[in-house]
Amino acid sequence: MAILIVADHDNHILQAATFSVLTASSEIVKHIRDTELHLLIIGDECQSVVAMAQGITGLSKILVADHQIHQYPLAENIAPLIVSLVQVQSRCSDGNKAFDKKQYSHIMTSAGTAGKDYQPRVAALLDVAQISDIISVESADTFKRTIYAGKAIATVQSSDAIKVLTVRSSAFTAASLTTELLAIESQVPVVALAAQADSGKSAFIKAELTQSSRPELTTAKIVISGGRGMQNTDNFELLYTLADQLHAAVGASRAAVDAGFVANDLQIGQTGKIVAPDLYIAVGISGAIQHIAGITGSKVIVAINNDPDAPIFDAADYCLVADLFEVLPELIAVLKVKD
Amino acid sequence: MKILVAVKRVVDHKVNVRVKADETGIETANVKMAINPFCEIAIEQAVRFKEQGSVDEVVLVCIGPKEADVQLRAGLAFGADRAILIRTDEEVQSLDVAKILHKIVQEELPDVVLLGKQAIDTDNNQTGQMLAALTNMPQGTFASNIVFTVPNTVKVTREVDGGLVILALSLPAVITVDLRLNIPRYASLPNIMKAKRKVITMTSPGSLGVSLSPRLTTLKVESPPVRQAGVKVADVAELVDKLQLQAKGI
Repeated sequence: MAILIVADHDNHILQAATFSVLTASSEIVKHIRDTELHLLIIGDECQSVVAMAQGITGLSKILVADHQIHQYPLAENIAPLIVSLVQVQSRCSDGNKAFDKKQYSHIMTSAGTAGKDYQPRVAALLDVAQISDIISVESADTFKRTIYAGKAIATVQSSDAIKVLTVRSSAFTAASLTTELLAIESQVPVVALAAQADSGKSAFIKAELTQSSRPELTTAKIVISGGRGMQNTDNFELLYTLADQLHAAVGASRAAVDAGFVANDLQIGQTGKIVAPDLYIAVGISGAIQHIAGITGSKVIVAINNDPDAPIFDAADYCLVADLFEVLPELIAVLKVKD
Repeated sequence: MKILVAVKRVVDHKVNVRVKADETGIETANVKMAINPFCEIAIEQAVRFKEQGSVDEVVLVCIGPKEADVQLRAGLAFGADRAILIRTDEEVQSLDVAKILHKIVQEELPDVVLLGKQAIDTDNNQTGQMLAALTNMPQGTFASNIVFTVPNTVKVTREVDGGLVILALSLPAVITVDLRLNIPRYASLPNIMKAKRKVITMTSPGSLGVSLSPRLTTLKVESPPVRQAGVKVADVAELVDKLQLQAKGI
């Protein structure tokens, strides 16, 4: 039995979230003897991702499905592929399929929108439960996860032979990557998987992705977020300036996204991204419980708001009751001097 | 064209939920229940399609106790045509929900099944995808726009990490809806009255041939660690000082 980790990547680089999943997987390994970690890379022209993964210590095998049909990850194609790797089919004498040989005890990936899309599909095809967004590993079959927008933490135990998990990457420190080129004999072996047929049921039309040079929200050390108090798109420039000075990622509350100030993928909270940076700065965010749910893992929370009764102050370590349009330029100036 | 909309009854999102003293779950006695907000968006979208003429019938389906008929009536007051309540007092986990919905899909043969992308109680975000797997339908998750096109295709704009992605799915398809798809209406009084006369068919998991088999056991439910009370700072200078000195954040 082994643990299968499905890689997050963009066909060029392996994303940081996968290193958090590796950490979660190694915690499971502590509870099982004689298990291996296998990494599955599904993509199109993704050789550089494979090369990067070959330097990861602790991996026993890399499985690669490099094919044109995976140019965009479609759950209809990915789920059957993963299922085919899990089950070695053996047939009963009457010719019916019997799935007695299981290659993997755990199938893991990050709780990004890709993993959330295909993992439940994988689980249902395997007739097992799926455990979403785990924040800690208690044993090989027991995990913690948040429920009710983080207002409670549930410890759940699975009775299934295969655990299909998504991992909240901000809850696990990223495993370190060996970056130097390893000698061929110490590289992780790669197994190329045969091409599969397209499901024919879904097709990728186009993507409208935001281009940003700033760090990714869920792995950034510093996150600066704006809310309804930012008033419009132009004012977000203040946050971008500050973010660039601090090498921070920029996020937003649902109110700011709904108002159209920023793109949807910046939303932090119960139904958006869950962040856990060293420093979180909430600017003009009132602090709805759904937003707090997405930031409680942060080490230090700073709230800037002109309403002294804003609920965000209950969650913050440092509270500054002031007009953000005075505070932000001042903060930018102070940090500029320090540079 | 027919749309089936799955509806979950959950603790109202405005309720400040509390963990039970014995850490076995959440306090649900005498707590206000409501339609899961994401399911409300799904109902709204189905009804809008009907009003635009692209859909003929909207059927709601809910799994829950008999009290869930309150949520179904509320959904019918949006403008849905009829509803099915699969009665059970047991906890039904995502995989079993998907199996029950699969049976309903086989009976109703909808062109589209609309679901909320997640329920705000368990925060699982699984059922739609599982239903798509069991019915072998394509899935469009986290939809912020849905457009029917010919022949027999639906274009779904999905909210994903990094931005938006548009997929074309062949019908029948499962679509799970995200927040920005629409803003649900408030039902009008005449529609609330009309909804009282609409049909809610009762059935049970057993009579659909599904025996519930929960795979996950909740060992414990606890409150999250309480954060220490924050410190008030007077101005930017003090904030920067504090961060540098105490938190080493900047």
